[in-house]
Amino acid sequence: MLKTFRIGGIHPPENKLSANAEIENFPVPRQVIIPLAQHIGAPANLLVKKGDLVQVGTLLAESAGFISANIHSSVSGRVAKIDQAMGASGYRKMSVFIDVEGDEWDAAIDKSDIFIDTCDFTAKEIISKIAAAGIVGMGGAAFPTLVKLNPPLGMSAEILIVNGVECEPYLTSDHALMMSKGKEILVGTQLLMRSLGALKGAIGIENNKKDAIKLMKELALAYTDIEIVPLKVRYPQGGEKQLVEAITNRQIASGSLPISVGAVVQNIGTVFAVYEAVQKNKPLIERVITVTGKHLAKPCNLRVRIGTSIADLIEYAGGLPEDTGKVIFGGPMMGKALVTMAVPVVKACSGILILPSLESKREFASDCIRCAKCVDVCPMGLVPNYLMTVSDFADWGKAEKFDIVDCIECGSCTYICPANRPLLDYIRIGKVKVGSIIRARKN
Amino acid sequence: MNLIILAICLLATIGSLGALILFVASKKFEVYEDPRIGDILAILPSANCGACGYPSCSGFAQACVAAGSLAALSCPVGGQDTMLEVAGVLGATVLSANPMVAVVRCAGDCLNRPRTNIYDGIANCRAASLLYGGDSDCSYGCLGLGDCVKVCSFGALSINPKTLLAEIDESKCTSCGVCVASCPKSLIEMRRKGPQSRRIYVSCMNKDRGVLARKACSVACISCSKCQKACPFEAITIEDNLAYIDDDKCRLCNKCVEVCPTSSIKAFNFPIKKVKLVKIEEI
Repeated sequence: MLKTFRIGGIHPPENKLSANAEIENFPVPRQVIIPLAQHIGAPANLLVKKGDLVQVGTLLAESAGFISANIHSSVSGRVAKIDQAMGASGYRKMSVFIDVEGDEWDAAIDKSDIFIDTCDFTAKEIISKIAAAGIVGMGGAAFPTLVKLNPPLGMSAEILIVNGVECEPYLTSDHALMMSKGKEILVGTQLLMRSLGALKGAIGIENNKKDAIKLMKELALAYTDIEIVPLKVRYPQGGEKQLVEAITNRQIASGSLPISVGAVVQNIGTVFAVYEAVQKNKPLIERVITVTGKHLAKPCNLRVRIGTSIADLIEYAGGLPEDTGKVIFGGPMMGKALVTMAVPVVKACSGILILPSLESKREFASDCIRCAKCVDVCPMGLVPNYLMTVSDFADWGKAEKFDIVDCIECGSCTYICPANRPLLDYIRIGKVKVGSIIRARKN
Repeated sequence: MNLIILAICLLATIGSLGALILFVASKKFEVYEDPRIGDILAILPSANCGACGYPSCSGFAQACVAAGSLAALSCPVGGQDTMLEVAGVLGATVLSANPMVAVVRCAGDCLNRPRTNIYDGIANCRAASLLYGGDSDCSYGCLGLGDCVKVCSFGALSINPKTLLAEIDESKCTSCGVCVASCPKSLIEMRRKGPQSRRIYVSCMNKDRGVLARKACSVACISCSKCQKACPFEAITIEDNLAYIDDDKCRLCNKCVEVCPTSSIKAFNFPIKKVKLVKIEEI
């Protein structure tokens, strides 16, 4: 029996169209737009001004506090302007526009492809290198990695869990990264374990990526403390709490972090970025992205500089199909529909999905038939239909009592509902409202 | 016979004993309620809307009686007239308050604020604003999904089907202020109703730079500061690329309305200006 989390979960059609596509290097674009807020927390403080010359790896903005991250230039050229630009959030955000001239790299960066195994850095040095490189969680939430590597007093990490689950349908960027950079990922895992003082490492991979499991198992033979854990295919296994439960069989209490049960979770992309930051001195300036869609000519996995326009990527993958309904930033379950394609790639962007108009329409929502399917699939053990009702009627007291803030917004309830009820849309309103009420009460 | 007399005596004793206990208890545990609370409650509109800051009308009535002066208390729904009656009951004086009215600070209808995308989520402004800025290029404007309409207990708000903007019926608006909190874009403001309901305000909340604001909407405030210069009373301030007219200083001279290049400053209930006819020969 393969391991998995205890309650809830769904198995949507996988549609991993680009599963066998190797990672291609996307050419350096003519202009990049680099937002100053690519992470959860305070936007970084700007260091450059209009007209400045920058190289690949030049620090554009520095971390503005503990929960923040450095932002580096992903290209060489001249700062064209500093202005508001539309981001994937659907709101304009302060961004640096850089006109590309050539491809000059900062001298400190080792841009070669040579694999470096050995590392003499201490835990502190590794952490400071990760902080300098501006690494954030690359699975989608963009939580600064530095914060996860500094556990609160009295807590310590026993196990580092690397998230190679990629439970979202369509997305294959982590899969492709494991297939091409397996050795580097294992070194990155070692580095993170050393920085945390964790004795064990585990890489969780869903069983629909058999080739990746085989390859990683072969490579991991050289490391006695890293285990490759094949997992049953089930969404949302990539959620932190679900993954920790699947691998360690420990449950995380409501409102607590994985560190409370001695675990730290990092995404495959983050681990590779850590390897590059520590061994190659390379800040987080590019990432692997899946560009996919059923009617797209060439679904592919691309290594893209941060700040490249999404329109360019779609053009590269064969252009926008005629029957496009929605362009989704991220996967189909948790991604966001975009309002414009002039949105730049950011650190947390794992994929671009183009949905045909027939599949992207919302169905007519009828009344709740109390089948409790949403209750069955909720991985957090909540009662989605009830939370939707109390949210609709603005009964925040009841919403809080029924733990609305524990919702991870995975969308399983909305997916499974036979009456097509927009459960998550209402729960999200309540979650934000109750969250702000709880914060106000604390202050 | 003896039995009947015994029963009567027994019952009479029990009855008078009970009456005595009740009499003592009623004197001992008496709770005095000011009769004026009931009088004031009869005057109040009984909407129980909570706009005064008290949970219900009876809570407000108790607060009125308990308070020394009515300076800090006011019933937004009943307005000045109700407060005068309350003052009459209490024998207190009431300060003359300015009647207020809610205004929606967005004028970007379908014509002057072109829609750039289609929203197919739930009809709820708060849900939409969690997802993105809105169905036009302006992420500050009215979403037109009617959260404010749902919370208004007096039916004063509606979404105009032509402009898709929230509109306020000032004859029904009681200035309770519930709608102000319901708008996720903070577009609704309580402003002075003004003499003869005349009022002037900037009908825009766009805080983008002028160029971006103008591109998104033809009636957006582009923070050109013309109004600020034209205002003789220093009532206009510009902050975050947005002009704001201070109610206390504005004397309704209409100069800002005339100079605004995008007509984002709106004047309400002013008589239409007579246009002087000029004969063609004179030109």
